[in-house]
Amino acid sequence: MGIIGKLKFALLIMVVLAVLSACTSDDKNSSQASTSKDETIAISGSTSVGPLAEKLAHKYAEQNNTNIEINQIGSSAGITNAISGVSEIGMSSRDLKEEERANKLNEVVIAYDGIVVVTHPSNKVKDLTLEQVKQIFTGKVTNWKEFGGDDMEIVVVSREDGSGSRDAFQEIVDYSSGQLIKNAIIASGNGNIKTTVANNKHAVGFISFEYIDDSISTIDINGVEATADNVLEQKYKLSRPFLFVFKEGQLSEAGQRFIDFILSQDGQSIAAEAGAIPIK
Amino acid sequence: MSIPTTNDQSVKMDKANKRKYLLEKVSSKVFLICALLSVLTLLLIIGFVFYKGAHPFVAGGYSFTDFLLGTDWVPSEDKFGILPMIVASIYATIGALIIGVPIGLFTAIFLAEIASKRAAKIISPAIQLLAGIPSVLYGVFGLAIIVPFLQNTLGLVKGQSLIAVILVLAIMMLPTIVTVAETAIRAVPKTYREGSLALGVSQIGTIFRVVVPAAKSGILTAIVLGLGRAIGETMAVILVAGNSLILPTSLTDSIRPLTTNIALEMGYAAGTHQEMLFATGIVLFSFILILNFVLAKISAKGGN
Repeated sequence: MGIIGKLKFALLIMVVLAVLSACTSDDKNSSQASTSKDETIAISGSTSVGPLAEKLAHKYAEQNNTNIEINQIGSSAGITNAISGVSEIGMSSRDLKEEERANKLNEVVIAYDGIVVVTHPSNKVKDLTLEQVKQIFTGKVTNWKEFGGDDMEIVVVSREDGSGSRDAFQEIVDYSSGQLIKNAIIASGNGNIKTTVANNKHAVGFISFEYIDDSISTIDINGVEATADNVLEQKYKLSRPFLFVFKEGQLSEAGQRFIDFILSQDGQSIAAEAGAIPIK
Repeated sequence: MSIPTTNDQSVKMDKANKRKYLLEKVSSKVFLICALLSVLTLLLIIGFVFYKGAHPFVAGGYSFTDFLLGTDWVPSEDKFGILPMIVASIYATIGALIIGVPIGLFTAIFLAEIASKRAAKIISPAIQLLAGIPSVLYGVFGLAIIVPFLQNTLGLVKGQSLIAVILVLAIMMLPTIVTVAETAIRAVPKTYREGSLALGVSQIGTIFRVVVPAAKSGILTAIVLGLGRAIGETMAVILVAGNSLILPTSLTDSIRPLTTNIALEMGYAAGTHQEMLFATGIVLFSFILILNFVLAKISAKGGN
């Protein structure tokens, strides 16, 4: 019994020592890494910027211990969150409105996005001018034959009022929400528009470059193909900025480092891979 | 010697009793708090929706009649009229009732009166399962099957339409109608049927002349509950409605009911736009309130 008791005691001491040493070494580790460990950057906003931000955050998290939470809730909601402090950074796929800018917001362009007009792959119309796009979306022209297509009705598919993509599209094409053809199908989200257009040979819609795939056919604008190079050379007219916004002085060190990373060579090449258009 | 022991015992008993009473009191308070929690939630929701929704009319100078009767909904141009959505909601609900009620009612009659036990054993669980399917899946089903079907067979330029909404809602309200109506029909006393059959009335005659009238209030309840489900449905509808801002004039028009207007735009709305969506919620809430009132009336009548 005595021996077992002594052994137990020895074991206990060893365990205590082991735990203590583990603790202290842990403490050292965490104090060294405390600048990046367990930090959380809350980001929310545009569903157009979201997929890109997710990819950037994923890459960034591989090299750093920062935790980045991204909520895709729409540009306006994201900007509101940045103003109210719910999120550290808001994502926007449109320029800030004056009333939003009045809240001392800083904005950083992290990339550009092109918007592309899409139709069903069977549609013969492949090239339109901005003016023709306007005629379609305002209901002045309602048949594809006017633009050299088959004799069939045009079904317009648009995003909902308030969507950053829609604001950007309407601003560039130059028509207002009130002018949008009344019987347009309203779909929420890029993916939803793509599905709707891909399943309807009458349909025409607009989506971000990132969502382009074989299920839909893209339309050239003024004879310029929808490519990243054409956006950067400012030949392709349907493009817009991707913004990160944050309240002046409210950006944490971690947030600043993430933005620095995005603007770096690495970050920008990720943006390019994700289908956005890098700023450099 | 004996007196202190009884004293001890009574003290112990007192302690045990006290603890029992305390436990009793505490648990009844816990239950009360739980019950109050749901009432509180209701009040909070109503308060919040009405506070937000009433703001533009009280403080913003918007007219509530213009809101209800306006036909233009262009938030970015400060035009908020929800008449097309009210009409769309009513049309879609009525349409779903026209298709859903007969099917649901006949199913309920079949299950309660006609079906063999084996058939009922297969059909009943199937209907209950139908009730458990998440509504967004109905929407996906509608988008993948019903919309292309309408596009191809009716030669429509777009399948997202009032008729697509009606079909999806009719399917969705079936479980509610069937289960409630079946219970009501089963509750009709056996003597009614026996009396009718003894007088030489056929089985079908008995069902429609005796059983259904006797279960009338239960069946009406079933219909009103189904109606409530249809008018409040959002996720399934948003995918098949097309969400166009027009006053629907035909079954093939794409529509935007009240619910989808809120769900569609809330993510991007700010300021007055957002408050107007809450106001849309008030209108929707009023519809539900009226339905509940009707329901209460029906149950009160049934009680008599």
